[in-house]
Amino acid sequence: MQIIKDKQIVDDSWSFVADDEELKDGDISVSLARWKEDKQQLLKSNGKIGVRIGPADSVEDIAADLKDIQLIELDFPAFADGRIFSHAWLLRGRYNYQGEIRATGHFMRDQVYYLSRVGVNAFSLEKTEDLPVALSNLNDFSVNYQKSIR
Amino acid sequence: MYQYNDIDQTLIEQRVDQFRRQTESFLKGQISDDQFRALRLMNGVYIQTHAPMLRIAGPYGLLNSKQIRKLAHIARTYDKNYCHFTTRQNVQFNWPQLERIPDILEELASVQMHAIQTSGNCLRNTSSDHLAGVCIDEIEDPRPYCEIIRQWTTLHPEFAYLPRKFKIAVSGAKLDRAATQFHDIGLHLVKNDAGEIGFRVLVGGGLGRTPIIGQVIKPFLEKKHLLSYLEAILRIYNLFGRRDNKYKARIKILVKESGMEKFSELVEKEWLLIRDDLELSTDRIDAIKTQFTPPAYETDAGQDSGFELSRLENKAFATWIKYNTADHKVAGYRAAFISLKAPDSPPGDMTDTQLDAIADLADQYSFGEIRSTHRQNLILADVKQADLFPLWQQLDALKLATPNIGTATDMICCPGLDFCSLANASSISVAKEINDALDDLDYLHDIGDVKINMSGCMNGCAHQSVGHIGILGVDKKGAEWYQLTLGGSSENEAAIGERLGPAVAKDQVTKAITTILDVYIKQRLEDESFLNMVKRVGIIPFKEQVYANN
Repeated sequence: MQIIKDKQIVDDSWSFVADDEELKDGDISVSLARWKEDKQQLLKSNGKIGVRIGPADSVEDIAADLKDIQLIELDFPAFADGRIFSHAWLLRGRYNYQGEIRATGHFMRDQVYYLSRVGVNAFSLEKTEDLPVALSNLNDFSVNYQKSIR
Repeated sequence: MYQYNDIDQTLIEQRVDQFRRQTESFLKGQISDDQFRALRLMNGVYIQTHAPMLRIAGPYGLLNSKQIRKLAHIARTYDKNYCHFTTRQNVQFNWPQLERIPDILEELASVQMHAIQTSGNCLRNTSSDHLAGVCIDEIEDPRPYCEIIRQWTTLHPEFAYLPRKFKIAVSGAKLDRAATQFHDIGLHLVKNDAGEIGFRVLVGGGLGRTPIIGQVIKPFLEKKHLLSYLEAILRIYNLFGRRDNKYKARIKILVKESGMEKFSELVEKEWLLIRDDLELSTDRIDAIKTQFTPPAYETDAGQDSGFELSRLENKAFATWIKYNTADHKVAGYRAAFISLKAPDSPPGDMTDTQLDAIADLADQYSFGEIRSTHRQNLILADVKQADLFPLWQQLDALKLATPNIGTATDMICCPGLDFCSLANASSISVAKEINDALDDLDYLHDIGDVKINMSGCMNGCAHQSVGHIGILGVDKKGAEWYQLTLGGSSENEAAIGERLGPAVAKDQVTKAITTILDVYIKQRLEDESFLNMVKRVGIIPFKEQVYANN
């Protein structure tokens, strides 16, 4: 599967492990609840670790662990849930997170520009055929009025 | 008036391109109804009863003659020769075709106009005092701050998908003409004990289904912290505002449910973390202020004697001056209202011919600027007294000089069932009937200051809950009924109207209104306004008469 990362279409090395699945080798992401529960075990795994955050989660809950996490997935249950945008801003602007922040779930390609401005640098789209258009949407505007992350 | 620079112009042109692509994708079936709905609303496009409706931003109510001519052109070319001015100082077209809306936006961009964020669950057009910069009771001109807020809110990446719409109003005068106490955020320019000017910040006000008066969250905010404080409020609202029920999603409900103390603690904590990074520099404020410098007023304008003479000689002109003009801070000038409440025209509507004509009048008499008001009228804000007589004559010929500003026929009225798909009842036809019943100008002027606001549904676009007399259309088993309220006000002593009694049938509304006004005429004290009388006697004397036969 391919995604957009840092304004390029690339192959994705990550897989999400659902809460009821066994942990596995390689680069995996888990839910915030799973991370809290299995943190020690996850830290011993051979791959990189990512955590998936939903709109109702609090970014503050994971702030102290960010150094151990290489990927934060911000997961849209519905495109209109704008809490995700503030989560991204907080991760970058408040907690200075330098790893990958990836939008996943039900968001629109028309949202990638705003998402990139609040610090999201990777996008996993529902339909991979939308990737080239989404890539161009990252350049919808060349000017901005307000300060944000980018 | 603010003039776009290259950045402003580039941004709105890129927005037109973006919306064109979005519309094309939708028409090709590449994005869903639900997705396009969110995208089009954020660009002011509704799907209404007959056709899409396009709402265009009038930034804090300021327009120039070139823009008004463009609106006339759009009305002629893309619509049915008219447009509608709204309570948020915006402009609506009721009959455009969806496929042509990108072309309309392109036309608008050519005169520094757009439809960005005039709808949807985002930061809306900032509104302000229609007499900003010219009124006699001003602490400081609010327009530069409105422009700073306009820029900050426009395409804000973090706050584009809020729980619900979000409206900000700014007032710089002693009398609140911008209904700031009924906005999600209301800002008042105030002077503190040290003589510095800053903002009193109110939060959680709103109309609609649950009208609530905003509360002070910050009694004095230094100007340099304006944007950081707004950002703090918005971030807390974006994160914690309810998203489970759209009727409970406005910030007023968050403030109410968490309590002001808890809410302001959250905001304060957030603000302290960001305020040093988002300071508004004095240089930036001053740069924006240079775009709102006063026009070249004539210093001897007050010396003209023809104005007084015309007033003495012509009663109709004198009446128009009394009702349709306001005092100006510069001697020899007045602000002239253009009444969009002529008896035979839907409140707030204007034809293409009228638009073209007032653009010319603005060029001739008021430095080429026109303002739209919260009560759906227009203003030429800087008219020399010597010009008032010829201006009046020309407005009169255009049917734009009905001397009824601030009177019972200066109604705020939504489009209602005739156009809006949300409405339960009509409002335009009822407004016309009330207007016909109050056609005696002497009677109307004797009643004086009565604000009647009428909405065709609970959403309350015409602010019925803060009308001195509020009329709310409701659906009762498929029939149109109207709920009346008395004693509301959106000015300094903000109040939400009290329900008079059971809703009345459509054919009884006008009778009820005239009965209410008759009770006032019979029972008022000398010089007592309608609102003051309602405060003094309560609703009972009115109720007894209105429901006398039931």
